[in-house]
Amino acid sequence: MPYRSIVLVKQVPDTRSIRGEVMTADGTMNRAALPAILNPEDLNALEMALQVRDQYGGTVTIITMGPPQAATVLREALARGADKVILLSDRKFAGADTQATSYTLKCAIARVGEFDLVFCGRQAIDGDTAQVGPQVAQKLGLPQITYAESIVSLEAGEIIVQRAFDLGTEVVKCKLPCLLTVVDSANRPRPASARRRIRNKLAAIPSEIPALLAQWPEFGDPAALQSYLQKNGLAIPVWTAADLAADEALLGLGGSPTQVHKVSYVVLEAAESKEIPATPEGIQALIDELVQEYILG
Amino acid sequence: MADNRNIWVFIEQEDGRIADVSLELLGKSRELAGQLQGQVWALLAGHQVGQLPGQIIQAGADHVLLAEDPELQLYRTLPYTRLALDLIEKHRPYIFLIGATPVGRDLAPRIASAAGVGLTADCTDLQIGDYTNKKERRVYKDLLYQIRPAFGGNIIATIVNPNTRPQMASVREGVMHALPPDPQRIGTVETVTPHFEESDFALQVLSREMRPPTVHLKDTPVVVAGGGGVRDTAEFQLLHDLANLMGGEVGASRAAVDAGLISRQHQIGQTGTTVRPRLYIAAGISGAIQHRAGMNESNKIIAINTDPEAPIFQVAHYKIVGDLSEVLPLLIRALRAKAK
Repeated sequence: MPYRSIVLVKQVPDTRSIRGEVMTADGTMNRAALPAILNPEDLNALEMALQVRDQYGGTVTIITMGPPQAATVLREALARGADKVILLSDRKFAGADTQATSYTLKCAIARVGEFDLVFCGRQAIDGDTAQVGPQVAQKLGLPQITYAESIVSLEAGEIIVQRAFDLGTEVVKCKLPCLLTVVDSANRPRPASARRRIRNKLAAIPSEIPALLAQWPEFGDPAALQSYLQKNGLAIPVWTAADLAADEALLGLGGSPTQVHKVSYVVLEAAESKEIPATPEGIQALIDELVQEYILG
Repeated sequence: MADNRNIWVFIEQEDGRIADVSLELLGKSRELAGQLQGQVWALLAGHQVGQLPGQIIQAGADHVLLAEDPELQLYRTLPYTRLALDLIEKHRPYIFLIGATPVGRDLAPRIASAAGVGLTADCTDLQIGDYTNKKERRVYKDLLYQIRPAFGGNIIATIVNPNTRPQMASVREGVMHALPPDPQRIGTVETVTPHFEESDFALQVLSREMRPPTVHLKDTPVVVAGGGGVRDTAEFQLLHDLANLMGGEVGASRAAVDAGLISRQHQIGQTGTTVRPRLYIAAGISGAIQHRAGMNESNKIIAINTDPEAPIFQVAHYKIVGDLSEVLPLLIRALRAKAK
C-alpha cells in the first residue's frame, strides 16, 4: 500500500563549522560566514520517508518555511529523491517562534491535503529546541512519535516504531496518520544522485527566474522559462500567508508568545589564570600544585 | 482575575524513582516562589506512585497534585498532555517548569501548543524580573526570565512570555541545584482523577528498555574532556588514561561526539550534561558557549589548546598552549611518577 509522506525541513546556519573566521574581533558571530545547510536530522527524516516510498510506493513532499534562499535546500531535497517541494515564504512569517512556526507549517500541511505520515528531524542545530515537531502534531491533532530510530513495521493503518534515547529504547505502535521526529542514528541519508541533481538544477521559485534566465538566455523570456519549468515539474511553488488562508494574528513575530527581553554577547570573564609551559617541568609543577591544594589525590 | 503566582513542576518518575532534574527544579522553584510570594506545586502522574509525595514535599513542594491511573504507568504523550492541560486550565499556574529529558521534550511542546503559550527550551538560568515592551509602552512586572544560549551559543538570550500563562520553560538535568531533603517541610497532597478520551490511546507502548547510566559525569571529582582538536580514537585514549589515573570520568564537547570519537552520554554542555567537578581538563576544546555553559562552574579548569586565542582559555585557571598529543602524555607521566 502506498503512503503519502510529508517531510518538514529547515535551512540552518551550520553552527558545527564555527571556526576562527566566523567569529569577529569583538567576539560576535559573523552569520554570513556560516554556510547554510539542510538541517542534518532533517536529512535523516527525509531518508526515512524515502525508504518508506522505496518499499511501499507513494510520494514524498517536502515543506520548508524560510526566506527565498531556502529554495536551495529544496533543490537539495529534490536531488536526494523528493517528489515535490514547497516553499513557505512571506515577510509575515518572519520572527516566528516555535508556536508561530508550527502554526504556519500546520496550515501548509492542511493545504497539501491527505497524507499518512509527517516526518521531521528531532531538532535543528541552530535552536536545538525540538519543539516544532510536537507542536505541529498537536495542531494537526495527530499522535507523535519523537526520537524515532526505525520503522519496525507499517501495515493496516498502523506503524510500529523503535524510539532511541541515550539510555534505552522503546517500541511503540501507533495509528496513522501520525508525526515522527527522527534521530541521527536512524539511517545514513543517501547522497544526491548526479542524475537527479542535473535534472533538478533548473528547479526554481519565481523570484529566481531572472537570474536563471541570465544563465540560460536560450529560453528567451521569463514567461517562456516559467512555462518550461511548469511543464517539467521544476517550478517550485511559493506559498504566502494568503495562500495558506492563515489567521495572520498567529503568524511571525506577532503570533509568537515568546519575546526576547535581552540579548547579550557572551563576555568571557577572565578567570585568574596561570600560564603553564608545555614542558615536563611545567607540567610536573602543575601536578604538584594541584595535589598541594587538594584538587587532586 | 489577578494572576496567582504559583510555580508548577512536572515530576518525572520511572518505576517510582523521581528524576534528579525534577528535584532540582523544585529547589529552584522554592527560590523563585520566595520572590513571587507564590507556592510551589508538583504534578505527579503514574501508577502506584502514592509513596512519592513525601519526598517531593521534602524537596520543596507546597502542594502535590497526584494522578494515579494504570494508563499513566508508562509515559505516553497524549494521556499525559490531557492530564496536564486539564489541570492547567483549572488552576492557571503562573509558571510551569519541566526537565529537558526525552519525556519533557516530548510533553512540554505538546502542552504549550495546546495551551497556546510560549515555551523556552534548555534554559541555563531562570530569574524573576520586569520586562518593558517598547512598542506597547507597557511594563510587565515579575515575569520569568528564561535565559539560554542561542545562535551556536555565541549569545545569551533572555526570553519572556509576557501575555500567556503559564510561562513554560525546560531545563536540563544538573543545571539547577536540588535542596537537601527537609523532613520538617509541610505540604498537602491532592488526588486528582484523570479523564481520558478514546483518542488519547492512539499509541501503545509495546516494550521499553532503559539501561542505568554507565557514565557518571555529574558526581565525579575530575572530568577529562576532549573536543574537536582530538584527531582520532588513539588520541582519545589518552583522555581515558588520564581520567583513570585521576579517578575521574571522560567528557566530550559536541564536536568530539559528532566526530564519533565517543558516545553522546559523555557530552558536556547546554545539550548534554552540566558538571561542576573539582577539576576539569579541557583538551582540544575551543570553548563555544554551549560547552562552557556545561562546565564553567568547575572548581579548577585546565585548558590545553594549540590556539592561544581559543575562548576556552578565558575561563581556564591554568592555560597550557600546546598540542594535546604532547601535553597529555606529560600529565600522565607526572601523575605516574607521583604515584610511585
